[in-house]
Amino acid sequence: MTPVTPVGPVERQQWDVIVVGAGGAGLRAAIEARQRGARTAVICKSLFGKAHTVMAEGGIAASMANANPHDTWQIHFRDTMRGGKFLNQWRMAELHAREAPDRVWELETWGALFDRTPDGRISQRNFGGHEYPRLAHVGDRTGLELIRTLQQKIVSLQQEDFRTTGDYESGLKVFQECTVTRVLKDAFGRVAGVFCYDRESGRFFVLQAPAVVLATGGIGKSFKVTSNSWEYTGDGHALALLAGAPLVNMEFVQFHPTGMVWPPSVKGILVTESVRGDGGVLRNSEGRRFMFDYVPEVFKEKYAQSEEEGDRWYEDPDDNRRPPELLPRDEVARAINAEVKAGRGSPHGGVFLDVSTRMPADVIRRRLPSMYHQFKELADVDITAEPMEVGPTCHYVMGGVHVDSETAATDGVPGLFAAGEVAGGMHGSNRLGGNSLSDLLVFGRRAGLHAAEYAAGAAAAEVGEEAVAAARAEALAPFDGESFGDAAENPYTLHQELQQTMNDLVGIIRRESEMAEALERIAELRERARRVSVEGHRQFNPGWHLALDLRNMLLVSECVARAALERTESRGGHTREDRPAMDRAWRPVNLLCRAADGGGIELERVRTEPIRDDLLALFEKEELAKYLADEELES
Amino acid sequence: MSTYDARFRIWRGDADGGGLTDYTVEVHDGEVVLDIVHRLQATQAPDLAVRWNCKAGKCGSCSAEINGRPRLLCMTRMSVFARDETVTITPMRAFPVIRDLVTDVSFNYAKAREIPAFVPPAGLAPGEYRMKQEDVDRSQEFRKCIECFLCQNTCHVVRDHEENKPVFAGPRFLMRIAELDMHPLDAAEESGLDRRRTAQDDHGLGYCNITKCCTEVCPEGIAITDNALIPMKERVVDRRYDPVVWLGNRIRRRNGA
Repeated sequence: MTPVTPVGPVERQQWDVIVVGAGGAGLRAAIEARQRGARTAVICKSLFGKAHTVMAEGGIAASMANANPHDTWQIHFRDTMRGGKFLNQWRMAELHAREAPDRVWELETWGALFDRTPDGRISQRNFGGHEYPRLAHVGDRTGLELIRTLQQKIVSLQQEDFRTTGDYESGLKVFQECTVTRVLKDAFGRVAGVFCYDRESGRFFVLQAPAVVLATGGIGKSFKVTSNSWEYTGDGHALALLAGAPLVNMEFVQFHPTGMVWPPSVKGILVTESVRGDGGVLRNSEGRRFMFDYVPEVFKEKYAQSEEEGDRWYEDPDDNRRPPELLPRDEVARAINAEVKAGRGSPHGGVFLDVSTRMPADVIRRRLPSMYHQFKELADVDITAEPMEVGPTCHYVMGGVHVDSETAATDGVPGLFAAGEVAGGMHGSNRLGGNSLSDLLVFGRRAGLHAAEYAAGAAAAEVGEEAVAAARAEALAPFDGESFGDAAENPYTLHQELQQTMNDLVGIIRRESEMAEALERIAELRERARRVSVEGHRQFNPGWHLALDLRNMLLVSECVARAALERTESRGGHTREDRPAMDRAWRPVNLLCRAADGGGIELERVRTEPIRDDLLALFEKEELAKYLADEELES
Repeated sequence: MSTYDARFRIWRGDADGGGLTDYTVEVHDGEVVLDIVHRLQATQAPDLAVRWNCKAGKCGSCSAEINGRPRLLCMTRMSVFARDETVTITPMRAFPVIRDLVTDVSFNYAKAREIPAFVPPAGLAPGEYRMKQEDVDRSQEFRKCIECFLCQNTCHVVRDHEENKPVFAGPRFLMRIAELDMHPLDAAEESGLDRRRTAQDDHGLGYCNITKCCTEVCPEGIAITDNALIPMKERVVDRRYDPVVWLGNRIRRRNGA
């Protein structure tokens, strides 16, 4: 049944800057753009204030030096580069480390209430890979505090606009529960707007603007076991590809070491790293703290060699080394995977994470309230009395839209910007916990700033009728799926098959033959997705929404698989059983993904810009020798 | 434990009307009601509309009424129901239906805009804020709010009284005023803004007669009535007579004596 749709002009609105996504990066970008005078529209798939950022638990990394006076941006930068195994776009890592404290302090002036130190400053907690306690936090609900603060700041700007214009939405408007399916360009290849539909009504509309900021988050919904919400279908990644902008480092996908493993319906939901930062330990079925067996060579001198030393570190971090439970996430996830594989896992296929023997019950309930609540409500487990069962879950994509470090502008599409998880480069091959929220704020602000500046100097955007008609036809195609008869495909089935493929064949441990098989299956799924068919009408129709999101997930999955097959080494969030070692020759190599004309993805190898000397000087020569390629060491 | 077939009745329809539809659907060990709604979408009712996001009780999207009780679909375990019990899911009653379980919650966003924002203290630069933990504890409790709007939905001031909506902000946003009023560095007063007075005069605090329905349905366990609304009423009463507070104080005094 093809729905009757009026064939007439699609409604258009004119704005200066459009922000796609209303998580931390999108809202921070919108605030900046509006404060710089740009009329700004924000479009998000969920209700305003529900974005995936609310799920962030641990904190915001920033070297404010409140908890340890020795902390500086240089040390934060160094930790970030080590965590990313030196693949990070170093200038982004530098800007991030330098600007993060200001971005956190600014939140307080907007009403945020972080946990405090005894002298009244913002409290900072330990986290994996961070040399000093660095994460500003609110219990284990930091993401909620961040999103609410930004949301309330936006409301306060709207109140200002109301006072001057009588209209709350004259300078900054949130289009909630709307999806963008295409970035539209003008005749000169410049950004001119976005094609959208309202999820409630199914109504199409076009927002025209010379500058668009992508802030859509990640890609986790392409995997079966994930901590990510339904929104994470790689929309911004795909929008950039389809607009002609390349993605970088897509092979690097972070599997968070601790997701819930039971019951099945919550499998993958995150168990915050703060559990380990605050003293939680990992044990296998034999009761052994197995992480001591998995400290890799490059980190040997920086982590405790005995349980006694690790335990002393919580009280006396200056004279002891940190326990190996706080290694970067990729190391911990691989170790858990190996323990389970060796038959030393927990009853439901994870390992044990225990705080119950490490802290008094009231301390656990105060410091980890959401975790206490989550396990009690969803798994009937009292974490103050028994260990949790945890295992790796797809959590974050380090890869993303290739952007200019300073401006967040994409590569080759004038007027298109990207910030937050959808942008690539900042975290290299592996992101440290706490560096995501700070990334959102630092680069969200930069993207908003530069988008507003760009828009101020640009001509009014004009989208051609043809582009609108093409986007409209593409969005309506699933309603014609019935014409394929028995060959018509169910979007839910295709999605499940894709998730299984990515989980099994391009997951935490990868092999050449499996990735090649994944690419074949993805190509086949792409064919079948052309025949996807949905029932009903356009009003709040989840089947139709999924059918449209499938295009994005398939594109992004192909990027991940193709780049992973190409990179013949193991590094950070890319682990190959057939190439188990990190290969220094790959250090200065980035892989760019572009959408090919005939469909599918093309790869290109590019050399990265040499790391600036004063930044290299922050490391010992011996350490650099473990990471840099031969020709980099010579020069 | 095992798999069984459960009976569900779900409200299907839109602004023009609708009714309960019966479904029989498989339930597995450890599942929550939202899992069952998703299974229905994937197998029997692909266009069944439901709002959800995090599926971990953190975003407050999947609010609805289960057997008449306002709850989050993602935090209601199937194990709380008997296997032969029919589980009825209806949309939140206080808000207009868009479709099936999805309601128009724009009332709440309109109210949010009417609450004056945090006023930063003059003379303190970013990074210079100093606050004691015990002084931020109370406002932090209110900031745990996930904006599921179950309290707004259940509050009898608006649940069956559409006419009160224009003058009543509802528990969530009265609590927001309390949060700002108790913020140690909020400079509203210095700027000439009396938050307590606006709570009473502009946002309908006086309509609340502390039946604690909001507190009962809060999935975050925030003591909305005791910690936000009653203290606000008590602060207001410094300046103004409120019969409920007067009565409440007398009762408490009698009980305490």
